[in-house]
Amino acid sequence: MASVNASSARRQVGEDLRRVWEPISASAFGFNEARHLLWRAGFGATPAQISAIQRLGPERAVDYLLETPDVRDDSPRADLFDRNIMRPYNEEEARMAAQARRSRDEDTLARLRAMRQQAQVQDRRQMREIQRWWLRRMIETPRPLVEKMTLFWHGHFATSYRTIEDSYHMYLQNQRFRKHALGSYRQLMREIIRDPAMLAYLDNNDSRKGRPNENLARELMELFSMGVGNYSERDIKEGARALTGYTFRDDEFMLDRENHDGGRKRILGRSGEIDGDGFIDAILAQRATGDFMTRKLYAFFVADLPDDPRDAPPAAGSVLDKMRSTFVRTGYELKPLLRELLLSRHFYSEGVRGQRIKSPAELVIGGVRELRTPVRDLSALLDAMDLMGQSLFFPPSVAGWPGGRTWINTSTMFVRQNTMAFLLTGRRPGGEDALADRQQYEPGPIMDELRAALGDGDDQHMVESVLRYTLGKTPTHAIQALGDVLADRGDARDGKALRDMLLLVTAMPEYQLC
Amino acid sequence: MDLHESKAFTRRAFLGRGVMLASASLAAPGFVQSSALGLPSPSAMLSSLAGVPEDRVLVIVQLSGGNDGLNTVVPYGMDEYYRARRGIGISKNQVLELDERQGLGLHPALESMKTLYDSGLCSVFQGVGYPNPNRSHFKSMDIWHTADTSGTGEGWIGRYLDSECVGFGKGESGTLDGSPPAVSIGRDTPLAMQGMKVKPVSFESAEVFRWLGEDHDRALKGAYDQLNRREHATAGGSNADFLTKTALDAQVSSDLIRRAVTTRPLVNYPGNSLARQLAMISQMIRAGLKTRIYYATLGGFDTHAGQGSANGRHAQLLRQMATSIEAFYQDLKAQGNDDRVMTLTFSEFGRRVSQNASGGTDHGTAAPMFLFGPMVRPGVHGTHPPMHDLDGGDLKHTLDFRHVYAGVLESWMGVDSQHILGRRYRPALVLGRG
Repeated sequence: MASVNASSARRQVGEDLRRVWEPISASAFGFNEARHLLWRAGFGATPAQISAIQRLGPERAVDYLLETPDVRDDSPRADLFDRNIMRPYNEEEARMAAQARRSRDEDTLARLRAMRQQAQVQDRRQMREIQRWWLRRMIETPRPLVEKMTLFWHGHFATSYRTIEDSYHMYLQNQRFRKHALGSYRQLMREIIRDPAMLAYLDNNDSRKGRPNENLARELMELFSMGVGNYSERDIKEGARALTGYTFRDDEFMLDRENHDGGRKRILGRSGEIDGDGFIDAILAQRATGDFMTRKLYAFFVADLPDDPRDAPPAAGSVLDKMRSTFVRTGYELKPLLRELLLSRHFYSEGVRGQRIKSPAELVIGGVRELRTPVRDLSALLDAMDLMGQSLFFPPSVAGWPGGRTWINTSTMFVRQNTMAFLLTGRRPGGEDALADRQQYEPGPIMDELRAALGDGDDQHMVESVLRYTLGKTPTHAIQALGDVLADRGDARDGKALRDMLLLVTAMPEYQLC
Repeated sequence: MDLHESKAFTRRAFLGRGVMLASASLAAPGFVQSSALGLPSPSAMLSSLAGVPEDRVLVIVQLSGGNDGLNTVVPYGMDEYYRARRGIGISKNQVLELDERQGLGLHPALESMKTLYDSGLCSVFQGVGYPNPNRSHFKSMDIWHTADTSGTGEGWIGRYLDSECVGFGKGESGTLDGSPPAVSIGRDTPLAMQGMKVKPVSFESAEVFRWLGEDHDRALKGAYDQLNRREHATAGGSNADFLTKTALDAQVSSDLIRRAVTTRPLVNYPGNSLARQLAMISQMIRAGLKTRIYYATLGGFDTHAGQGSANGRHAQLLRQMATSIEAFYQDLKAQGNDDRVMTLTFSEFGRRVSQNASGGTDHGTAAPMFLFGPMVRPGVHGTHPPMHDLDGGDLKHTLDFRHVYAGVLESWMGVDSQHILGRRYRPALVLGRG
């Protein structure tokens, strides 16, 4: 987690600590607050969407995001992708391979290797398809908070295709995250130790009684629940025993009873013939789990936190306490926790709003959703996200994306600016002119929405409306720069002028914040 | 012959070498059959370059797809080679002699490399690989990039950058007085360059290392500059301040790099993609960028079918590689910068010993690795993998690539390789002697 900054810490000091967890009043819930909610609990919104959410008032707005009524069941079909590309050998093939190895039949072995290599090529292609599928889903979804939490779980239970090389298992895991996106963390923990992608990623499929593999047991506590320093090496060893035999066949979890160690164990102070679920129960009974998960959710929705909890600003500390108590009291249900958090005065406070660095996913998906640009080319957007440091289904390690300031450097700054320019103009971030997307960005509807949401007025008003909508604030230097462009263009109501303003705003360092 | 770099050598010795060393290596077969491993003394190395610790540059050239090592450095002295490669084998009279005693020669398309070799600018490490070789492009490339046989974690260069380049110059955004610490030419950032903190600058052409919105309308550039070149009076610690500062750094970096590549190279480069990349790198070096690491890539080595023999597809790729690197060093020499640039080439794996039915070769294992530059230890080092003792039709590696990385990190970059590689690998002896 990136370090929290001093000035926002100072600003948070100004908050009344007794009231940080109180719900925001309806009268305080204006355009800026509605915009903030839609960015943090989703991927940005157009002026009309912001206004609509504002009109609902805070309670109904948050309920709308959590419950998303009136949306047809859009759960993806199971047969969307091919499950058989990376299937292991069937019995006959396995026999043939074993025979060839025994008799050193190089021709057969070479043929089998070639088949495997071919399957890998095909599977990588399917992985690309799945990446495109999810990106499109996030762009088009009527349930942004569900997709956003799916992204959270993907970063939390980080699993990379690079290691497991099975696209269908990555897809199944993604569906699992979506299914429980706003559900129960307890349930998700129980499922993750049965998830084929995770079992392969952390080598648990080879973990057997007598020689347990400790990888999953360790990360389950260190990264998925409690955080480092809250358990002993012995807990890892014993936890690993509890997970022996947890493996999968084809696409399904399988408990290999012969290789499962059913003996007595002592984990985190509990004793007994503990299995995987018992291990999870022991973890969830730890205070550290509530602390760690709360901090992670806070960093995702609210603000970066310092590595040492004692350095957290007082307001954040107070909010974290409240969050933990709700989370633990409800048995680790996400909805009650998120409802309170997204309604809290702290969530809408000055020190929080517009202070978080957008992840590449938020920048790209938010850009399309907020500005209503053409999607243009999903592959180009995925490439750009990769250059920005976030490749979906390819997190850098089991710790996920560190986020915060690590997203930003001189190189990613240009990629970010140029990806927004690509969305608005069709000019590719790689500069290949011949490949430019000719589809025009049509700013007319946004212009109308903006006028309806923030009123009509002179040039100055127009500039300020654009800035409130895209940045959530109206910094003086930006008013001046955009004002100059407008004066140069003549008519502020011309769609071209709006597009040019958006081109500039999205190239501002401040546009990287939400 | 003393194989250890016991004596510090000086910058003058670098410059004064050239032909002498080349002849020494040819006249002394002992040098050639020497072990690839040695024990350099990094502290001595560093003190010999007092005052210019940031001077040295490492250029990595990735040959993507799995270069056929056996048809690059041809073991023409081994009958097994010709038995396994009846169609695509390079005959003895076609190879460019490297080492007669060992029966090794370069592919005939590598004339430029032979010239470099004869001038003492090329070092060949034989049989480089790693244990339990993985034949997936993806996986094996990750293993080379992370220097970890699980292929996970940060890149080895990334770890170097994290440990060496944070806190320099402008710090957090990873620039050295406007120079990025590492530049990769290409569409994406190689895993090797990805660390936790420092992120390298990547671009296909320096021309796009800038805001492209101005191409849409030049009139917007003024306003863009106003918004992105803001001096921040108070160096506050907020994310907004951090972004403003990084945006300004990006502008400075962009100016520097784009100004650098608008100059004309001092020599003519061949017309291929690697040459274009190396020309760009040479221009950045010439412009005095403080960048320590550059990365270039040449793809197309996945020659499953119709790879050709002395001529053909593989020959073309080898020629592109060799002529580009030769032009690069001619250019650097004309600039007076050749002595501070080392170039390393690698590929994710070599190819199978036996050709397949399509006149090509499938994914294999060990292959030679090359180092270039006036300071490298010229000659052929290490042992060729035995051709009569294969592992399922593949070569058994005789040198783990991490020994070469360790050698480059210790003697060339002057850092503790154990810290970067996560384990102690005896550094390969990579530098020549004055």
